[in-house]
Amino acid sequence: MPISPIRITAYTLTNALGSGVDASLHALQSGRSGLRPCDFQDVDLSTWIGRVDGIEGQPLPAALSRFECRNNRLAHLALQADGFIERVDDAVCRYGADRIALFMGTSTSGIGATEEAYRRRDGHGNLPDDFQPATTHVIYSITDFVRSYLQLKGAALTVSTACSSSAKVFAAAQRYLAAGLCDAAVVGGVDTLCLTTLYGFNSLDLVSSRRCKPWDANRNGINIGEGAGFALLEPEQAGGKGSLLLGSGESSDAYHISTPHPEGRGAALAMRLALSQAGVAADGVGYINLHGTATPSNDAAEDAAVMQVFGGQIPCSSTKGWTGHTLGAAGAIEAIFTLMALESGFLPCSLNTEQQDEALSANLLLESVQQDIACAMSNSFGFGGNNCSLLFGCDR
Amino acid sequence: MKPVYIEAIGVVGPGLESWQQAAAILAGDSEYHACELPALKPTMLKPNERRRTTLTIKLALQAVQDALASNSYPDLSTVFTSSDGDMDIVDRICQALCLPDHPVSPTFFHNSVHNAPAGYCSIATGFHAPSTSLSGLNGSFAAGLLDAAVQAVVERQPVMLVAYDTPWPGALNRFRQRRSPFGVALVLHPQTSAQSFAELTLLPGAGGDESKMADSRLEQLRADTPAAASLPLLEAIANNSTVRLVLPYLVDEQIAVEVRPCN
Repeated sequence: MPISPIRITAYTLTNALGSGVDASLHALQSGRSGLRPCDFQDVDLSTWIGRVDGIEGQPLPAALSRFECRNNRLAHLALQADGFIERVDDAVCRYGADRIALFMGTSTSGIGATEEAYRRRDGHGNLPDDFQPATTHVIYSITDFVRSYLQLKGAALTVSTACSSSAKVFAAAQRYLAAGLCDAAVVGGVDTLCLTTLYGFNSLDLVSSRRCKPWDANRNGINIGEGAGFALLEPEQAGGKGSLLLGSGESSDAYHISTPHPEGRGAALAMRLALSQAGVAADGVGYINLHGTATPSNDAAEDAAVMQVFGGQIPCSSTKGWTGHTLGAAGAIEAIFTLMALESGFLPCSLNTEQQDEALSANLLLESVQQDIACAMSNSFGFGGNNCSLLFGCDR
Repeated sequence: MKPVYIEAIGVVGPGLESWQQAAAILAGDSEYHACELPALKPTMLKPNERRRTTLTIKLALQAVQDALASNSYPDLSTVFTSSDGDMDIVDRICQALCLPDHPVSPTFFHNSVHNAPAGYCSIATGFHAPSTSLSGLNGSFAAGLLDAAVQAVVERQPVMLVAYDTPWPGALNRFRQRRSPFGVALVLHPQTSAQSFAELTLLPGAGGDESKMADSRLEQLRADTPAAASLPLLEAIANNSTVRLVLPYLVDEQIAVEVRPCN
């Protein structure tokens, strides 16, 4: 059953740069980072974060209050931008709600609600009665919320493969469309700041006390961010405007639970599979949005993989210095950054990177450039050695 | 949707230590004793790796090991599905976050990702093929079965589905009571072979009353534990039945599955 190109007929994103495509694009073009010294709750870590303003003051609609948590609030906030809801409603009119699938990626979903409930335990250690884990904490809750809010009735699931989660939802949509199980799909990724990831990554010595510096000789870890990205995917022949998802590649490192294979074996396999599914040669790719977390081991492994597959010519950048690492939302957010690069020709630099590590050879953009490209890749790699590369193309 | 063929099965749960033993119980050839979970020792993981894992990870890998005991595969795509993942770890991390200095264990943290069992599985097997980890809440088994079948049919490759759930611990328990540890692994193939047990045709969108188990203890297990929603399917396979089953899917939705024996 061949995989046909998929048209991305609408998309939106919200991250530390702001809400909507224009906010992100203007920030990238004006060189404004979304990172700030950590001011999330009472966290006492010396680090920088990519926090989204205004989540605290924007509750969910009363009818959906059972989903009330930071993660679902961010999803709700993000859905308001770029006329995305109208585009989904239009698709519902054309295909029917039962023919539109929903695939959401998240790493920690609404675990912040559980952290908060633990802080409110009574003297006997009991959690509060108003704690609703099935609609806030659990991995499926983000999909349950978005499906209820958008009133979709097709196939649905949450993908949770750490930092590749919301790249893999694009591959899932390709397959369900190919199998005829849906006529269109909404895909997305949402992850929010929480104590689990801030203190957890800190326990692994992976959090930087400075602004993260992907590919830099002095890189020493990540800045955690939060964000949400959504896309509406339809068959290419559905017509209309929009870039195309040409191919996806997924692989497993089979190496270590939290460290990438040092030669980037799984990462290289994912990139090759995406190219091969699309029938695009490596030199046909004009830009790579790297996973680029700015940990010493990720960037070294990804650099090795990029060099194996592409050599050192293709312009690459990590956008983690702009938004922080949005974990389970990074796949969707960076897929959308890649679509913005294709459609605007603006290839953003790897912000904060001052001097590229001499041991790393990829053609890292230290300055943003304006350059028309026909094809671009987005890489996402997660704990568990879980890799996903997506290849997008302009429809000219 | 095109059918898929089951060619390997692994099971672990209370009083169920392997597919071979479970099949005899489900076929009525031996009695079900709803005792404790058998000791979990997934030897596919090296001892130093195994020591760092949790009940949830061991449960999933025990089911995998049972399924792969009779068939070997050089590489295999995997779909791991679980309603909520590893709530033991969530409990421990959330407790640590309430203490001074927030002493989150790095091992617990890296094991806390929903795809930790899948990650350990790929390390143990050396599989480099795609692996996904997902949830469909109480319909996680059907959501995983559908996703694995879609992958098998579209990618024309065998896919191993692994469904697993464990009880919620401590203070969390009262929000999800009566859940039992249960794991099942099914290798789905897009084509029939000499190893095929059964042909499955999935009918998403078809609803109805959920298929139940006649044995009240197995029915309790099925109703309370999302991964054990597989029991009616396992029972049909054990009895070489031709049957249309209805499995719980998304909130208030079902999927129908037509099951036919092979060979």
